Amino acid sequence: MKKKVLKPAKREQLLGMLYSFPMGIWFTVFFTVPLAIIILYSFMKRGLYGGVEYSFTLEAYKQMINPSFAKVLVRTLWISAFSTILCVLIAIPVGYAMAKSKHQTLLLFLIIIPFWTNSLIRIYAWISILSTEGFLNSLLIRLGIVKEGLHLIYNNGSVILVLVYMYLPFAILPLFTTIDKFDFFLLDAARDLGATKLESIVKVMFPNIKSGLSTAFIFTFIPIFGAYTVPLLVGGKDSTMIGNIIVDQVSKTRNWPLASAFSMILTIASLIGVFWMLASAQREAAAKNKNTPQAYEQKVRAHHRRGKR
Amino acid sequence: MKGVEVTVDRVTRSYGDFKALDDVSVTIKRGEFFSLLGPSGCGKTTLLRIIAGFDYPDQGSVLFDNKDILPIPPDKRQSNTIFQTYALFPHLTVYENIAFPLRLRKLGKEEIDKRVKHYVHMVQLDDHLYKKPSMLSGGQKQRVAIARALINEPSVLLLDEPLSALDAKLRQNLLVELDDIHDKVGITFIYVTHDQSEALGVSDRIAVMDKGKILQIGSPYEIYEAPATRFVAQFIGETNIFSCTVLSCEPFENEYMIVVDVPALGTTINVPDLEPQEVGSKFDFTVRPEKIRVTLNPPRSTAAGLNVFKGVVEEPVYSGFQSKYYVRLDDIPTAPLMKAFKQHTAFLEDGPDIEWKDSVYLSWTAVDGYLVKDVDQ
Repeated sequence: MKKKVLKPAKREQLLGMLYSFPMGIWFTVFFTVPLAIIILYSFMKRGLYGGVEYSFTLEAYKQMINPSFAKVLVRTLWISAFSTILCVLIAIPVGYAMAKSKHQTLLLFLIIIPFWTNSLIRIYAWISILSTEGFLNSLLIRLGIVKEGLHLIYNNGSVILVLVYMYLPFAILPLFTTIDKFDFFLLDAARDLGATKLESIVKVMFPNIKSGLSTAFIFTFIPIFGAYTVPLLVGGKDSTMIGNIIVDQVSKTRNWPLASAFSMILTIASLIGVFWMLASAQREAAAKNKNTPQAYEQKVRAHHRRGKR
Repeated sequence: MKGVEVTVDRVTRSYGDFKALDDVSVTIKRGEFFSLLGPSGCGKTTLLRIIAGFDYPDQGSVLFDNKDILPIPPDKRQSNTIFQTYALFPHLTVYENIAFPLRLRKLGKEEIDKRVKHYVHMVQLDDHLYKKPSMLSGGQKQRVAIARALINEPSVLLLDEPLSALDAKLRQNLLVELDDIHDKVGITFIYVTHDQSEALGVSDRIAVMDKGKILQIGSPYEIYEAPATRFVAQFIGETNIFSCTVLSCEPFENEYMIVVDVPALGTTINVPDLEPQEVGSKFDFTVRPEKIRVTLNPPRSTAAGLNVFKGVVEEPVYSGFQSKYYVRLDDIPTAPLMKAFKQHTAFLEDGPDIEWKDSVYLSWTAVDGYLVKDVDQ
């Protein structure tokens, strides 16, 4: 009998499948299945004491069309957008300084350290700083700048402040890695050719760190959009975000289909973000391919053919 | 376009303990092709970056036509730079790279197009207008950088080792083109290089630098034929150089014939000089290898002060147009090998071949030797 011999490429493929098997199981069990459950639940009837009844309905989505929920959605959008932009605006100079610094390892370390502390504890730290009798107010009173404590907490401002604090590292890290690869001589060249400092950064640096910028936007926007502990702990009664509604619907109102429907919004928003990032990465790769001499020759040939016609 | 006179006045720049520039002064004439020549770390690039505005001196001043430019930021200076790594903008096409300075000045579309086309034509890149830098060869990138630096019509063009990333043949061609462009635009060129043949080939004047100081400023001819210090003599071209002491000094024709004792060669050598030198003073004696004749028979010439040595060829190096011979002297085998280069001329006039282990005579007329006065070691 002839022994079956696999071609190397085929073998590689099979091996690849084998190696990715554990990862596949992990994702299926802990990611795809829960997501499927959420999708299913959002189309089901609400159970009387929580849970769901297994019959199809669009009830949950109809409930979402409600002015008070719309208000929360709009608020969630602007708070997320505003915090994300703040994060990126702060992260650009920080990433720049880190890329130029001689102490990169130390600075990276300092940025990563907060991750070792539970996020709840870090939020409580902010509460003790911002509260009416807190650190900041007592300092201001002692310095004689104010007479009585300011209301620094339990409003949208404190929510944005703490969100920016929490998610800044997610913007700094991707920006740092791209800026670190950036050729700083290009800034010298731009200055030499007549660009002001700002012009050199906007016209030369930004186009060349685009991938880092879009990653920073996505990495901060998605988690901020789904945040619920920060608005819960440092927000006022008008700081509720979608994340809080989901928690409330699951644990208090026990309307699981509605909670699932809101989760769907978050998921879809995140997916849009991820696809946008992938698309821009692809565009970049395509632009790179377009820049090979072969591609150029092809283009020139095509041009000539068109000319002859 | 019009060049300016560039004056560097007592400029000092330190990085911590390291003195990159140590009290450097030089005046570069209007429209001159001036080279800063030296090994890496000698301070030449620092000086260029100070003139461009990317670095700032601790002390001293830089003037364009007697106007202090140090308070002026780089984007407002009348200088433009060609960077060693080209520094082309990777996200822009050749056209947009060259148009970049004009777009910043918000010139009209047609004006920009006219000027870009003019300079693109000057550097012969007409066929590559819409390519990105990543598609260009090294030489083409260099041309883009040249056009981009010239399009603002600067008064001074600063060139930071612009050819060092190119291969030797291309380097020669671009060097000739640069010289051509310099003749066309007539502005002041300040050219930083560590390659002495580049500097000798195109410069009106050269400043040789080492360890943050300018050792000598002069025409290529002066730098090569009359090096001011031992370092200059050794850095520019190849040479035989020995410490020596003056034994006697006699008037000779319009000059003085000096006899020096060269311990390394165990003998005395005749060398003329324009000025009388005190007996007992210390110098370096140097003679360029191409000025030493290598012959199988004793030289017939009886010119006054002919220096003759006998030795054995230890290492002949044939390179087509010339041969290099490294010769061990018979009388003093511990001396460093003498270098003597022979230019190959018409085949039949070239004389018999000199080969490995041949016994040869080295001779040079006294005027071909030179006393280096500033002993810097």
